[in-house]
Amino acid sequence: MIQDVDVKAMKKNAFRVSKERGMTASRVRVPGGLVSARSMARIVEIAEEYGRGEIFLTNRQGVEIPGIHMEDMPKVNELLRSIIKDTGINQGDSEHGYLASGTRNVVACPGKRLCPFGCYDTTAFAQRMDRAIFPNDRHVKVAFTGCSNDCAHVALNDFGVIGMTEPQYDPARCIGCGQCVEWCRRRSVSALSLVNGKVVRNEDRCIGCGVCVVYCPTRAWTRSSEHYFRVKIMGRTGKQNPRLAQDWLRWVDEDSIVKIVKNTYAFIDEYIDPNAPEGKEHIGYIVDRVGFDEFCKWALEGVELGEKCQRATRVYWDSRRYDRDNDLR
Amino acid sequence: MGYVLDGEGLDGLVRELARDYLVFAPVRKVGAGRFTDVDQVIYDFVDDASQIELDAKSDYSFKELLTPLSQTLFYFTEDQVREARGIGPAGGSGQGGDDRDVFVLMRACDLHGVRRLDDMYLHNGPEDSFYRRVRERVHFALIGCPEGFEHCFCVDMGTNVAPDNWEFSLERRGDGYVCAVEGESLRPLFERHAKGASEVVPAHVSQNEVHVSVPGSMPMEVRTSDLWDEYTRRCIGCGRCTLVCPTCTCFTMQDVLYTENGRVGERRRVQASCMIDGYSTVAGGASYRKRNGERMRFKVLHKVYDFRQRFGYDMCVGCGRCDDVCPEYISFAACVNKVTDAVSAWDAQHEGSVVSDD
Repeated sequence: MIQDVDVKAMKKNAFRVSKERGMTASRVRVPGGLVSARSMARIVEIAEEYGRGEIFLTNRQGVEIPGIHMEDMPKVNELLRSIIKDTGINQGDSEHGYLASGTRNVVACPGKRLCPFGCYDTTAFAQRMDRAIFPNDRHVKVAFTGCSNDCAHVALNDFGVIGMTEPQYDPARCIGCGQCVEWCRRRSVSALSLVNGKVVRNEDRCIGCGVCVVYCPTRAWTRSSEHYFRVKIMGRTGKQNPRLAQDWLRWVDEDSIVKIVKNTYAFIDEYIDPNAPEGKEHIGYIVDRVGFDEFCKWALEGVELGEKCQRATRVYWDSRRYDRDNDLR
Repeated sequence: MGYVLDGEGLDGLVRELARDYLVFAPVRKVGAGRFTDVDQVIYDFVDDASQIELDAKSDYSFKELLTPLSQTLFYFTEDQVREARGIGPAGGSGQGGDDRDVFVLMRACDLHGVRRLDDMYLHNGPEDSFYRRVRERVHFALIGCPEGFEHCFCVDMGTNVAPDNWEFSLERRGDGYVCAVEGESLRPLFERHAKGASEVVPAHVSQNEVHVSVPGSMPMEVRTSDLWDEYTRRCIGCGRCTLVCPTCTCFTMQDVLYTENGRVGERRRVQASCMIDGYSTVAGGASYRKRNGERMRFKVLHKVYDFRQRFGYDMCVGCGRCDDVCPEYISFAACVNKVTDAVSAWDAQHEGSVVSDD
């Protein structure tokens, strides 16, 4: 049998070249990490019918079905149709599998749908972001986490979005029991202190995690009606210069974040290294090359940050350059 | 005498009532819960029927009116003292100087709770004048309970039928509302807003899912039993159970000296909790009941045994708010039943001997 496969098209179609000749794996996109039981059953069907009855859970909350013969890709795409529709992927054509694989699955912790500390609906925001940036070939990683605990490891992404609430204090409901002060110290950043029997919040230190609200026994602390976010940028793993994303914006709003991430695609188009392997380059390397101010210019195009939003005008990433020094001493 | 009202009638009624009285009622506070986008039902002053939450159990009780969470009692300077004015939450500016009487809307269990507060503050040694001052201005209205809520055990505590301390009742019936009116003086108000008159008996709960049986005696062996150890392990000592309780009355004092001028200040009293660190701390820093199991014993036995030794009836009214709020899913009801079982077991073992009841 002649085997003539357009590997570049196949990869774009979310099938990978595997170690085993002629065999591939199908990557199923699960924006926000929430999949219906019905779609999960379809995934199982594909794995049993065309794979070898195994399913990899990917690092970015998707699933990957290994052991698929390359010639079965059209049939797998047919079965993927109902999953693509069900997961709300933004593509009119659901007949031919996934239309792109560059922009990675948008990750989210369970957020307020499950977690007592989640400050917003991470799943919904991740799905909204996915619809805004997918399908797209650019290698962009976005992740959402409900609070500053960062269980979703957003600090390893190009854009990491962390939920914040602005604690609202009603001194008339406060009995000065000090539990918020104690739990802020033990579980968070020691932003609270008791002064004259009432609580004072160090607004600069407060990271808006909501621990005080959770532990307040009287509802003296409540959450702000607005949901706010902290945005960390340009985190990455990799061989040359892995680094954690650093804070860029805090107390920023949802709409601005969507605009900023969308704007970044134009920045990448303008400045990406034309010789980047497989057309993939972490945005952070582009920012290193062209300068942070240039990135800000493009990313903030048409964005009106709210009054409360704070923006770092300089961001420094502390990291190791393995392409220059691999000495442990 | 009773009345039938439609939505519009209730709106008019509450608006007019709120002109002559302060109206204190359960209010759904959107997003005010512990967790994101979760509501909380808390008592507050209302001037509109739409603000009143009639369908849910309030998470916190009416007692915040009579015994505010935080209340400034007086201000002092070098040689002068001035008492703080007004009713309502300390620091609440709008209501602070208002001297109108207050109508409080509450369910049968909470109406029974008032007797406990009165006995603690007025009939337990010298009267508490701060409590008395507010109490004298308070009138009660009954919210009928067609059915109980999760964790309610009012029937077993004998608080499912309201006492006679209310002046009118209010509850949904069909598409509208019905009110029974006891106070003669309120009738013209209801007649102005009602669709019609009718015989109304406020609904009450006659069956709960939760059953509690209280101990009849309390041998020392049960007080010191290891059954309390479980709570040392499980309880985190947050005190939410006592702060939502309509019958917990403990408070502590805060003397505050204004930082800019240490010769001026105020004395506040704030609610305290026998479950929270510091409650049993004495001069020198020693603390009794360090373990949460001991605190649980102190609280539970006070609610269903020790209070009875002084006042002749049980303190707990079975509203179940403590079971609703506990973050560690500790059930007060389950604990009481465990205690009663332990007492029964002790009784069976010591049949015929003299019960040591301290």
